[in-house]
Amino acid sequence: MHGPVGEKHLAPPEAEIGGIKLARWKLILLCIGFVIAAAVPFVLKNFFIFQITLAIIYAIAILGLNLLTGFNGQFSLGHSAFYAIGAYTAAIMMDGFDINYVWTLPAAAIVCFVFGFLFGLPALRLEGVYLALATFALAIAIPQVLKSTLVEHWTGGVQGITLIKPDAPFGLPLNSDQWLYVFTGIVAIVMYWCAGNLIRSRTGRALIAIRDHPVAASAMGINVSLYKSLTFGVSALYTGVAGALGAIAIAFVAPDSFTFQLAIALFVGLVVGGVTSIPGTIIGGFFVLFVPNIAESFSKGLAGAVYGVILLLVIYLMPMGAAGLGRLVTGRLAKQGH
Amino acid sequence: MELLLHQILAGLATGGIYACMALAVVMIYQAIDHLNFAQGEMAMFSTFIAWQLIQWGVPYWLAFGATIVISFAAGIVIERVVLKPIHDAPILSHVVAFIALLAILNSAAGFIWDYTIKNFPSPFGAGPLMEGGLLSKHDGGMIFVTLLMLVLLYLFFRHTRIGLAMRAAAANPESARLAGIRVGWMNALGWGMAAAVGSVAGMLIAPVVFLEPNMMISILLYGFAGAVVGGLTSPGGAVLGGFMVGVMENLAGTYIPVVGREMKLSIALFIIIAVLCVKPSGLFGRPVVTRV
Repeated sequence: MHGPVGEKHLAPPEAEIGGIKLARWKLILLCIGFVIAAAVPFVLKNFFIFQITLAIIYAIAILGLNLLTGFNGQFSLGHSAFYAIGAYTAAIMMDGFDINYVWTLPAAAIVCFVFGFLFGLPALRLEGVYLALATFALAIAIPQVLKSTLVEHWTGGVQGITLIKPDAPFGLPLNSDQWLYVFTGIVAIVMYWCAGNLIRSRTGRALIAIRDHPVAASAMGINVSLYKSLTFGVSALYTGVAGALGAIAIAFVAPDSFTFQLAIALFVGLVVGGVTSIPGTIIGGFFVLFVPNIAESFSKGLAGAVYGVILLLVIYLMPMGAAGLGRLVTGRLAKQGH
Repeated sequence: MELLLHQILAGLATGGIYACMALAVVMIYQAIDHLNFAQGEMAMFSTFIAWQLIQWGVPYWLAFGATIVISFAAGIVIERVVLKPIHDAPILSHVVAFIALLAILNSAAGFIWDYTIKNFPSPFGAGPLMEGGLLSKHDGGMIFVTLLMLVLLYLFFRHTRIGLAMRAAAANPESARLAGIRVGWMNALGWGMAAAVGSVAGMLIAPVVFLEPNMMISILLYGFAGAVVGGLTSPGGAVLGGFMVGVMENLAGTYIPVVGREMKLSIALFIIIAVLCVKPSGLFGRPVVTRV
């Protein structure tokens, strides 16, 4: 189902573009990225800082989905559910128990890991479209469950929960939008670093082996069921932390923010950024946040149609997502050098 | 006991809607080997075309037939224009193309015909089918047409050369191409037929749920659910699955206290997942066997 993405165009790391090794280029680009990211809170207006914070949050959620779909080959259209669970965990802790927002992140991580792992167990039996339907059902069910009178005391029912935006600690000279950007950025760096290490580790190779050939993977002694459920858990953990960050940043949660449309948006972000690409998820996050707004600025009435056309064009121009295009370009450039 | 019987009958009435849609879902699954998320919106758009024709004074059955023909052609055009260029892209990119199609059709229908709810006429009349019965004449007609379509599709896929060619093209494109089947056109034909079946489903459903651009979203989900429960490889199973989903939804809403009424959708879906865990390829589907 998920063939190796554009492998024939892949340039080896020792290939050179303009006399500089590819690995060195990666480092240079990473440094430029950091400089730009560090400049954001001091250059842009508060509203844009807030939007970029949200894009980073979506990127983390998409990264979670990518671990599951891209690297482990399990399809999910239900990650809005884990995002919602993370968001509500944070909101209930902050609103009901007056716990500092920083501590809601590990709590959301644990809660979502457990939920994801438990959901991963029955999902072991399902593959492809069947798994898609099961996860989609989860995405449909979650807003209904959150609105239910049984849990209304905790979740605030349809009204949801309103929170207070945190201020910068230690008397830092930042307003709350700037601080949230910094805070989200730090969390994102930690999460991306962990994900990168996970994928390059023995465990990561096991996940990829399961995606490419489950039978061969189990013949090599990989416990397929355990790894698949664990991946579900880790994937839910990432998306749940993103949800908690989202709740803190927006300072409001309500069941109708977490419909299946969010799940579809995350999925679109995954494919646009590039399945099996970790940096691609950042592009996915920005796409999910900004493109619907761009579409709306073209035409209010036909916003959906414009969005659809943009989406189709993106798929035509880069069927492997932004990451696939990136690989193609570096492959070409490296070849020219010879 | 009487309550149970009533609820089952009411469930069959809504189940008829889902069965219709499930049949359209299986139809395209047979032709292209995966689910089409834009199917509901395609059916909705077709129904709007029928509505527009009727508004212009075309008699019902003529509009019905014309809509089927237009939808069939539109389905082929969509396949040729939207999906053929990305034929080699990974499956996940295809799914995104479906989502794009869904957004375009939904928004275009809203733009052309706006979002107000419209009445759609029923050719079967509105009264009850039997004295004091819960099934209306329209429900009866809808179930009849669904079963008729099922029989026709069965005959088409089992007993015509082109039906066989379509199944071959979906199941094993490479071998089918070697056997002289034009796989690309079989895909296009499959899209056309799926659009046509979907348009019939839309026109039958619209008198019950009313016509508006978002009418199909939840119905498509139930249709998927029905098709998956019954087995995606079995049109008969899909229709039965659709009826089962309708009945389950109704019974859960009636008999499970508190949660039942609020979360009947979730409960129906939960039951489906439970069925899938026991029988992963659906009740009547064939398990997929692959060579290692």
